[in-house]
Amino acid sequence: MKAADLRVTLCGTELDNPVIPASGTFGFGYEMSEIYDINVLGSIALKGTTKDARFGNPTPRIAECREGMINSVGLQNPGVEEVIKTELPRLRNVFRKKAIANISGFSIDEYAYCSSLFDREDSIGWLEINISCPNVHDGGMSFGVSESSAAEVTKAVKAVTSKPVFIKLSPNVTDIVSIAKACEAAGADGISLINTLLGMRIDLKTGKPVIANKMGGFSGRAIKPVAIRMVYQVYEAVKIPIIGMGGIATAEDVIEMMMAGATAVQVGAENLVNPYACPEIIADLPRVMKKYCITKLSDITGRAH
Amino acid sequence: MKEVNLKISENKPLTENVYKMTLDGDVSEIKKSGQFINIKIDGLFLRRPISVYDKENGKVTVIYKVVGEGTEKMSEMTAGKELNVLTGLGNGFDTSVSGSNPVVIGGGVGIPPMYLLAKELKAEGKQVTAILGFNRKSEIFAQAEFEKICDKVIVTTADGSFGIKGFVTDALDFEYTYTYCCGPLPMLKAVYEKTVTSGQYSFEERMGCGFGACMGCSCKTKYGNKRICKDGPVLVKEEIIW
Repeated sequence: MKAADLRVTLCGTELDNPVIPASGTFGFGYEMSEIYDINVLGSIALKGTTKDARFGNPTPRIAECREGMINSVGLQNPGVEEVIKTELPRLRNVFRKKAIANISGFSIDEYAYCSSLFDREDSIGWLEINISCPNVHDGGMSFGVSESSAAEVTKAVKAVTSKPVFIKLSPNVTDIVSIAKACEAAGADGISLINTLLGMRIDLKTGKPVIANKMGGFSGRAIKPVAIRMVYQVYEAVKIPIIGMGGIATAEDVIEMMMAGATAVQVGAENLVNPYACPEIIADLPRVMKKYCITKLSDITGRAH
Repeated sequence: MKEVNLKISENKPLTENVYKMTLDGDVSEIKKSGQFINIKIDGLFLRRPISVYDKENGKVTVIYKVVGEGTEKMSEMTAGKELNVLTGLGNGFDTSVSGSNPVVIGGGVGIPPMYLLAKELKAEGKQVTAILGFNRKSEIFAQAEFEKICDKVIVTTADGSFGIKGFVTDALDFEYTYTYCCGPLPMLKAVYEKTVTSGQYSFEERMGCGFGACMGCSCKTKYGNKRICKDGPVLVKEEIIW
């Protein structure tokens, strides 16, 4: 049997493997190079970036859940100009591959503005447009809950960049398929899904929500079946590639997500529990591929259909 | 940061709900007092961050209070069990700026990190006074250990059942060159307001990762946004915004 081939192609660019740390669970990447060589990763989805600097929501903004967690960070970031001036050069020092810029906004213009700035950066290979952040009122998710606004954001971003544009969708909608189709029709080059599920926990001692902002985004191993189902549904409906995410923690999960329809896979909450999750998954993929008689990983995308 | 497997050599109650756990193994990554370790506990998703009480070659000791599901499970663990632990997290205390007569102030489960700090300050030849604040006599722990290493130890209890009646600030009637403090937020603020010297204050926040990746535990400071887990937990007096 030939050596395992982990390579996948995402909108014309080849990745050494499909494993990518998800936005918001890996900062701007460079700090993790203190503990391992981050060049083993397929790529990195950078921390969500907005036009202006944001502190985010009040604390506490983290809550433990069974096989998962809730976060209500609320898009803390130093603003797009500072990200490009300070964070990207630091990442370039330690990461030779192209990264994925993750962009959020409070208006169509903000999405377009941030996208136009990232468009000029050679170290950015793809734009991931987050229209699904559940933690910011009137920001992000309000664009992701209707076909027309999702399409409008897609068009505005596509107009200002020549880089491939992935639209990151929310699972907190009635029909994710129609929104994915609207993004594709508006020119999106790919779809990322799923963002977190809106959740809440209540502290029995105080009788009040644990999270200061009351609600937050639920992620972690527990949400994998929801993510697999949605990637499967969207794969049936669109022709553009999908980056699948939601509860990915093992090499088996990566293969399952690809069989559902993903071309590449992001690992989110698991990074926060195990900072070595991504390199461990990459190292384990050949073993699991062999077990299921897979020689070329890219062959299995959509196999479940 | 370093991920290691540490073996419990001792886990025993000090009071009704405060426990002392000693873990054996590679603790080389723990460089300073005020740092913390992040413990993976079977059946729970997120790790549990616990401050370091003491560290010797191949051995780290933590003192923790049972306050929820994680610490409850920890209290039931027995010697011999191996735990997956992220070590050497947080910035820790800077002892170089303490002057000759620093005071270390701890309240409740804010006391543990002050022990290794006091040891470091003593090793540097400084005169160390410790103020340990509790609610009542039955909750006192680690007093004898502090007395072995500090020049003076003052205990306060809120109900007056032992030592000085009142709060740690009621014991601050002497000369000192620098303040180190860890405890509940109202205590930190009271010490901040009462002390005339500069100082370092160790903060607590609910964390996601414990190593700076998720921005779950951020706070605002005069020097910009900081992550309690990575840029803290120790903040200098001059940067704190209440």
